[in-house]
Amino acid sequence: MRDRKAIEVEVRRVLSARGQIPVDVTSLAATQSLYDAGLTSHATVRVMLALEDCFDVEFPDELLQRSVFDQIASITEAIEKLCMQD
Amino acid sequence: MSVRSDDDWTRESERLLELVDRIADEVVAVHAERVDRDACFPEESFQALRGAGLLGVMVPSELGGPGCELRVVAEMCSTLARRCASTAMNFAMHQSQVASIVDHRGCVPELDDYLRDLVHEQRLIASVTSEVGVGGDLRRSLAPVELDGDRITFEKAGTTGSYCQHADDFLVSLRRAPDAAESDQVLVLARRGEFDLKGVGDWDTLGMRGTCSPPVTISGAGASWQVLPAPFRVIATRTMVPTSHLLWAAVWYGIASDAFDRARRFVQVSMRKDADAGCSAPTRLAHLADRLGGMRARIEMSLGTYERIEASENAESAVGMAEALELNELKISASTEALEIVNEAFLVVGIASYRNGGEFSLGRHLRDIQSAPLMISNDRIRLSSAELLQVYKGRGRFAGPS
Repeated sequence: MRDRKAIEVEVRRVLSARGQIPVDVTSLAATQSLYDAGLTSHATVRVMLALEDCFDVEFPDELLQRSVFDQIASITEAIEKLCMQD
Repeated sequence: MSVRSDDDWTRESERLLELVDRIADEVVAVHAERVDRDACFPEESFQALRGAGLLGVMVPSELGGPGCELRVVAEMCSTLARRCASTAMNFAMHQSQVASIVDHRGCVPELDDYLRDLVHEQRLIASVTSEVGVGGDLRRSLAPVELDGDRITFEKAGTTGSYCQHADDFLVSLRRAPDAAESDQVLVLARRGEFDLKGVGDWDTLGMRGTCSPPVTISGAGASWQVLPAPFRVIATRTMVPTSHLLWAAVWYGIASDAFDRARRFVQVSMRKDADAGCSAPTRLAHLADRLGGMRARIEMSLGTYERIEASENAESAVGMAEALELNELKISASTEALEIVNEAFLVVGIASYRNGGEFSLGRHLRDIQSAPLMISNDRIRLSSAELLQVYKGRGRFAGPS
């Protein structure tokens, strides 16, 4: 099982590869709003797909929320929960 | 807040609906043809709506309004659309703006005062949410709001500004700051006397001529409280998009149902003359009744979904993928279905529907309803649904949230 820190590193990698965010993702705080940083709903879907592939998980609908994908911290937490269920 | 029973509310809603019925027949219908011909704003209709206090119906009772539910406002939109689609669409757009302020005013006392003034003075709110250069994407803004101490300034070039030259106030979506991302938007209230309209373009269109929606550049200034406290993405997701889709659908339903009524009257008149005139019109009419019923059921379902969202504790997260998909589908289906109903009504009535003027004419209905698939292009909405469906895993339950 991966620990939270390792998950966050991967989340940041996926966000910078697929998130089309106009700023450097490594410079963002984990609790900063990704939408405010420029993440669009179009790019959010790409990020979701890439994360599902990367961690081999499926986000259930209750986690497919704008609020979950607004922060690196909340995305990391959601994935950690899903990985624990496996 | 005053305590009122459900009965009182229903009675008040019924009273307001009867008022709208009367205004639609006595004022709106009388001016509809001229409004369409001259592409002018339905001034007389709005005077009547103002006179009856109907521009403030969504303001809650603690701020002096009747606090009408969205379904009551939807019924008003549909009633008005049966007489003049432009009047109804302007009314619908205004109510979406009011709802956006009501839902997202936070604890800003000046916004409460503004809503009180809106009820007293029956102020008409337009919006500039479109922008030259973003390709019709509501959720991106180029023009920023600039904050200097307690003062704000902005200038934005909109591609369409419905009834912009007749509105008292505006809601304008803008980038939060000159250095903010394009998707980091706010909604700003600009009041009469605080804004200038420039470069107002032409509005000579096929239909919806009385919405008077030319390209326009708005520049304005004000105080910092005029930036609504919630981010625009929350306002759009939670209120502006759902209420727009629902109220527009109600307008389109009104256009389609009046086309149906004309077709029905035509069939009844023809059958009285010759009951044996075996033709396809009565069967087609039955088909139309069925389609109209389907449209009504779909609007009703989504009004229920909207009410569930409103009632939930965290209204923002209550708009999940299932709800977003349903509202997208409502917009697409209502706009295409209304268009097809009007088209089929032509086949029922025949040449009398093709004439301009007369009790069976459907020319204005056809021209007005052609705007429905274009107001936020159905293709754009379908693309957004297609994206959501790449990750959505709902089970499609028949009852309750899917």
